[in-house]
Amino acid sequence: MKNFLKIFSLIILFFGLSLSAQTAEKIEYLKTDWSFKGLFGKFDRAALQRGYQVYTEVCSSCHSMKYLSYRNLAEKGGPEFNIEQAKAIAASFEVKDGPNSDGDMFTRPGRLSDKFVMPYDNIQAAQAANGGAYPPDMSVLVKARGGGVDYIYSLLQGYEDPPVGITLDDGVYYNKYMYGNKIKMANQLSDGLVEYSDGTKATVEQMSKDVTTFLMWSAEPHLESRHRMGFKAILYLIILTILVYFSMKRIWSRIETEV
Amino acid sequence: MSDHEYTPKSKFGKWFNDRLPLLTLANHLTEYPTPKNLNYWWTFGGILTFCLITQIVTGLVLAMHYIAHADMAFDSVEHIMRDVNYGWLIRYIHANGASMFFLAVYIHIFRSLFYGSYKAPREIIWIIGIIIYLLMMAAAFLGYVLPWGQMSFWGATVITNLFSAIPLIGEGIVTWLWGGYSVDNPTLTRFFTLHYLIPFLILGLVVLHIWALHVPGNNNPVGIDIKKPSKDTVPFHPYIVIKDGFALLMFMIVFAFFVFYTPNILGHADNYIEANPLVTPAHIVPEWYLLPFYAILRSVPDKLLGVIAMLSAILILAALPWLDTSKIRSAVFRPLYRQFYWILVADVLILGYVGAMPAEGLYLLVARVATAYYFIHFLVILPVLGWKEKTLPIPLSITEPILGGSPNLATIKNKESLNN
Repeated sequence: MKNFLKIFSLIILFFGLSLSAQTAEKIEYLKTDWSFKGLFGKFDRAALQRGYQVYTEVCSSCHSMKYLSYRNLAEKGGPEFNIEQAKAIAASFEVKDGPNSDGDMFTRPGRLSDKFVMPYDNIQAAQAANGGAYPPDMSVLVKARGGGVDYIYSLLQGYEDPPVGITLDDGVYYNKYMYGNKIKMANQLSDGLVEYSDGTKATVEQMSKDVTTFLMWSAEPHLESRHRMGFKAILYLIILTILVYFSMKRIWSRIETEV
Repeated sequence: MSDHEYTPKSKFGKWFNDRLPLLTLANHLTEYPTPKNLNYWWTFGGILTFCLITQIVTGLVLAMHYIAHADMAFDSVEHIMRDVNYGWLIRYIHANGASMFFLAVYIHIFRSLFYGSYKAPREIIWIIGIIIYLLMMAAAFLGYVLPWGQMSFWGATVITNLFSAIPLIGEGIVTWLWGGYSVDNPTLTRFFTLHYLIPFLILGLVVLHIWALHVPGNNNPVGIDIKKPSKDTVPFHPYIVIKDGFALLMFMIVFAFFVFYTPNILGHADNYIEANPLVTPAHIVPEWYLLPFYAILRSVPDKLLGVIAMLSAILILAALPWLDTSKIRSAVFRPLYRQFYWILVADVLILGYVGAMPAEGLYLLVARVATAYYFIHFLVILPVLGWKEKTLPIPLSITEPILGGSPNLATIKNKESLNN
């Protein structure tokens, strides 16, 4: 058993080392409390709804979210708009459909089953409209960046004047959290930019946190059920392990060897 | 294999067993005499079997939903993550399962190195094991390409390009592997096919691995030949089954923690960006379990020699039973080897660390020294140690060191606990 604990702790140590190696060159990001971290982490429903508002009113003019459908907005573990609200949200977008029986494409109001409408028809159009830079699809953005939510949260608040000696080309901005500090997205957030219906004050910090929470959900829509199931699974395994341990002791007590 | 006298009790059983001796096999597996002093390092064989089966089962389900097409692979993975019932669970088990598989196989291999399990008469078990390990690396690499993220694409480009180091025919081989002039859809479809095939090859080899094991029987921490069955052995069932089961459950707790709470921490963030042949990631790094070999590859300035060094680093293991000239198996009775063993462990960990770092400056220097040491360990230290080392007296049976009586017992036990 002693031997066993050693193996166990070695494994933990090994992973600890490999992780610290991976994050060795990490920049200090802004910190905030994320409700979805930890063993029982859950999304803050109101933050998700506000985050969706920030996404629609600010981000969505350039950034697509191609893996999300309007139905997701009403699903459990997400922003949990009620079904009527989600339908209304979907209907507020014009969706291109077709061809109809005459062979023509047409537009119609969106339905729950539609994917989020994309701001541009294709990558080339997106690049042409944004000085050659493609605004990345945001569906899994949080998972596609090394610092995850902390990085996105910091980046949104990381705009500042370039230090002396750094000249920026037209359409390039200085951001202290961006890799290489040069970013082609201008600062988008300013205090009071959106008007939250729940009365929360729309500070830059608040909006950054809300939209980042929304992005975390869009990248991991099943996070809540994952945490719930994880807790149950691990608890089950621990109880079973204890039972098996005592059975093992009992069985091995028949012979004069320690196990 | 002393179970040929087994006869089934029932008439039907006897009739069936005379035609296909499945019951004899089952009896052999339950009665299989196992050394009773096996420690927990020996439980990783069973854990590895579990890993293989988990990968095959989750892989089958994933393959039902995955689309092997350059334009659709990334989308289909997101479809699995979002819309397939418990798709996220299956995929995270599969992705983390690869890491768990390698973690277990490294422990399994290093256990073998410590207790000399590769020595006569177990050379064939060992060599089959090395082939399994090679196939595991191939399967893991091919599987990593399938989500068609940036690391998938560029990892595939870097690794397949290694073949271009072969003089004259190298370029041709690379084009042949790709099915075109760059990594593209034909590459993806063939990688998927091979990724599907290899686990079943591994499964077959695992059967041979266990079969070969059951001929001489298990090695043990004392490393001596024992009489089977005897006072030194226990039947596989229930003693080893319950012990392996207990260890497996502990392993599953670690596994579950990764799957449910940090499912992406062992992967690279760039692989959530869809493959783009026009944008090269800042650092192209393989998965953690391939890092030591990646470090060896990069530590040699010449491409061809680098590839040769990397391959030799694995293939040299196959020659290990003959490179290690010592007659004593277990490091418990080899005071010098024991020290070199831990230096080798540290060396491999260092190689893994520098493999994750950019190949420049101090990192490169460290990688070169560590690479050189790796080969020196196998080519110089082990053969020399075999005839220079003064080994400790070995006990005559397992029962002896456990029940006491041997004068060196105290020292052996002390040293063992210091080193484990």
